[in-house]
Amino acid sequence: MNKIYKDATQAIEDIHDGATILLGGFGLCGIPENCITALVSKGVNNLTCISNNAGVDDFGIGLMLQKKQVKKMISSYVGENAEFERQLLSGELEVELIPQGTLATRCMAAGYGIPAIYTPAGVGTEVAHGKEVRSFDGKEYLLEMAFNADFAIVKAWKGDTMGNLIYKETARNFNPLMAMAGKITIAEVEELVEAGELDPNQIHTPGIYVNRIFEGKNYEKRIEQLTVRDS
Amino acid sequence: MALDKYQIAQRIARELKDGYYVNLGIGIPTLVANYVPQGIDVILQSENGLLGMGPFPIKGEEDADLINAGKQTITTLPGSSFFDSAMSFGMIRAGKVDLTVLGAMEVSENGDIANWKIPGKMVKGMGGAMDLVASAKNIVVAMMHTNPKGESKLLPNCTLPLTGVRCVKKIVSDLAVIEVTLDGFKLLERAPGVSVEEIISKTAGKLIVEGEIEEMKF
Repeated sequence: MNKIYKDATQAIEDIHDGATILLGGFGLCGIPENCITALVSKGVNNLTCISNNAGVDDFGIGLMLQKKQVKKMISSYVGENAEFERQLLSGELEVELIPQGTLATRCMAAGYGIPAIYTPAGVGTEVAHGKEVRSFDGKEYLLEMAFNADFAIVKAWKGDTMGNLIYKETARNFNPLMAMAGKITIAEVEELVEAGELDPNQIHTPGIYVNRIFEGKNYEKRIEQLTVRDS
Repeated sequence: MALDKYQIAQRIARELKDGYYVNLGIGIPTLVANYVPQGIDVILQSENGLLGMGPFPIKGEEDADLINAGKQTITTLPGSSFFDSAMSFGMIRAGKVDLTVLGAMEVSENGDIANWKIPGKMVKGMGGAMDLVASAKNIVVAMMHTNPKGESKLLPNCTLPLTGVRCVKKIVSDLAVIEVTLDGFKLLERAPGVSVEEIISKTAGKLIVEGEIEEMKF
């Protein structure tokens, strides 16, 4: 068994035009920086990207938007990106906005082998259009389908050669869910260690969900809203 | 005098009870954390995967991997925990979060809320708002009573696309504290120096006024 890849370029080599990709991260926190850069270099097009946000103009998925590589974006919030707005208003980019918990749980369902879930989020709103509504104990819920994505690309703090992953702080967010949900899951990690070096008690994503892993480099970890106090 | 945003936050903080798990939205709701009453412990939930959100970090100690749902750098506290986004909304849907505070563009007299989309304007998305309003046990809205044009934001029916239906329990505006009941809005308190008549005139939805309406004290 060898899950280890040299770098992002090698790990994403077979991602093809028209692919559907889950991308982990919340805002710019915990995003797979190396793979995004490699996808931009590769110039793969017509992608459907499922990610909570769409990056900012010059970082994260925003870099792929600049190159017009994204055909459709499925997100819960896309507010920080002028190029995104321009492409959306001009009709170049298709966007599906879905509630954040629904986005997370549709990933979870895929990873748990459950075809769909019922959630109350969006009942009575335009999100409910065309969806089955079912009542349980007098409360209404929408039927939401598990995602079906060709690839998942996630970022973890530490990983081992078996593909086991540990995330750091709130950089966990969507990453473990998307790791479970891809047909092929690619993990980039800040530190790649030998099997046995990570405590099995501390693993967040078991290696069975991870097909490819590599140690990333030059993480910028950009902060979107720097808020500090003096003392 | 109408309340300023800090006083709105201060008044909402009086809704907090010891041991509450609380989710605060972006804007005025975030300020509520600054007014937690003495002797009360609340645990702040940030829906990107943190319970026990602490204050902003000391300058130089910020950590890009540690942010809140507003993407601001924050800190943890003793007893904090991290989790993924599905578990985060799981605890919200399961009713484990005691109080949710969020802003709104419109609230209707039956508790519908609109706060995510204005037709014709750039739509940024609902984020976690639809999940929160669909599940939270107790939703308090922090908002101005009227929009910049002076039109009431408390309506018989929302005119903007909805975020959730029949979910708002209480509104703290710059003019009043209002409960959402089965029979419509009910006036509970008024801002210092603001008359009941002014509140009635600026509330387009059905407003129930019973007896003497107490003035808020700060």
